[in-house]
Amino acid sequence: MSARQLDEHEARECRAEQRSYVWGFALALVLTLIPFALVAFTDIKQMTLWITIGICALVQVIVHLRFFMHITFAKNKREDLLLILFTVLILVILCGGTLWILFDLYQRMLPGMMP
Amino acid sequence: MSLQNASGIERNAHHTESYARHPGLNLGAAHAQEEDTREEMVFGFWVFMMSDLIIFGLLFATYVTMLGGTAGGPGPKELFEMKSAFIETMLLLTSSFTFGMASLALKYREDKSRLVFWLVVTLLLGVGFLFFELKDFHTMFDKGGVPSRSGYLSAFFSLVPLHGLHVTGACIWLVALLGQMAVHGLDAPVKTGILRLAILWHFLDIVWIGIFSLVYLGGLS
Repeated sequence: MSARQLDEHEARECRAEQRSYVWGFALALVLTLIPFALVAFTDIKQMTLWITIGICALVQVIVHLRFFMHITFAKNKREDLLLILFTVLILVILCGGTLWILFDLYQRMLPGMMP
Repeated sequence: MSLQNASGIERNAHHTESYARHPGLNLGAAHAQEEDTREEMVFGFWVFMMSDLIIFGLLFATYVTMLGGTAGGPGPKELFEMKSAFIETMLLLTSSFTFGMASLALKYREDKSRLVFWLVVTLLLGVGFLFFELKDFHTMFDKGGVPSRSGYLSAFFSLVPLHGLHVTGACIWLVALLGQMAVHGLDAPVKTGILRLAILWHFLDIVWIGIFSLVYLGGLS
């Protein structure tokens, strides 16, 4: 099968989608380089560093969802967004509960397990 | 959408609009036949991915609770190498982008040679990632960081290699799809296969963001 000829509208659409992927890639690169550079070359306070790494990671996840997986706020995409948000809610309950219970236990019974 | 305005252009715009319902790439009106099956299949696959996300999320939580459980064995600072983690991250991120290019080649061009080119580039990047990850594990073993050494290492080796195993599976799937394409050409099952694999591939990249941020950078800082 050879390449399909695109009409003007399709060609425009194709260029727009290509641009969107390139944007996503560029943003993801920047959001990857920032935390790596901070850990490798700087000596900022540990708490500030961790918060920065966390924020970069969260933003990059959103960038991936938006530019690579095409999850947007459009009305016809609501199902997917709701599915992700519901999954995240379940995860927050499970992970948050795990961390809370276990670190409480360590504090009371196993001080050696505190990192 | 006004009902009075029934011009072809308006209807057409609405038509393509109604196709873009689920995650991943909508193929658009040119692939109308595949688009109908794609809807359910891709959404179903997406639901499955969410269950995978729960597994990974809980393994992350387990990993954090085991951070203090090194039992006198080697910890993150001795075991991890920044350079190697960075190379792996770059390879996987680039492969996500090249898969995007492959999806666009499928959507707009239906150009087999261009599609195969991008898919093969993606595959090579994926295999490169796996090579560096295995090299990492080998270095860790040499330093005495085997899974049975401590609770911390057990947690590490249940999280990171599980992601690697997913990437391995995705690479095998990609090879299988290339084989199907060679035999059957670009028919509907192959197209939906590529779209579903794209979702898996991008999803694995998202999980890797969590791994390099929490495990590698968190451990090294």
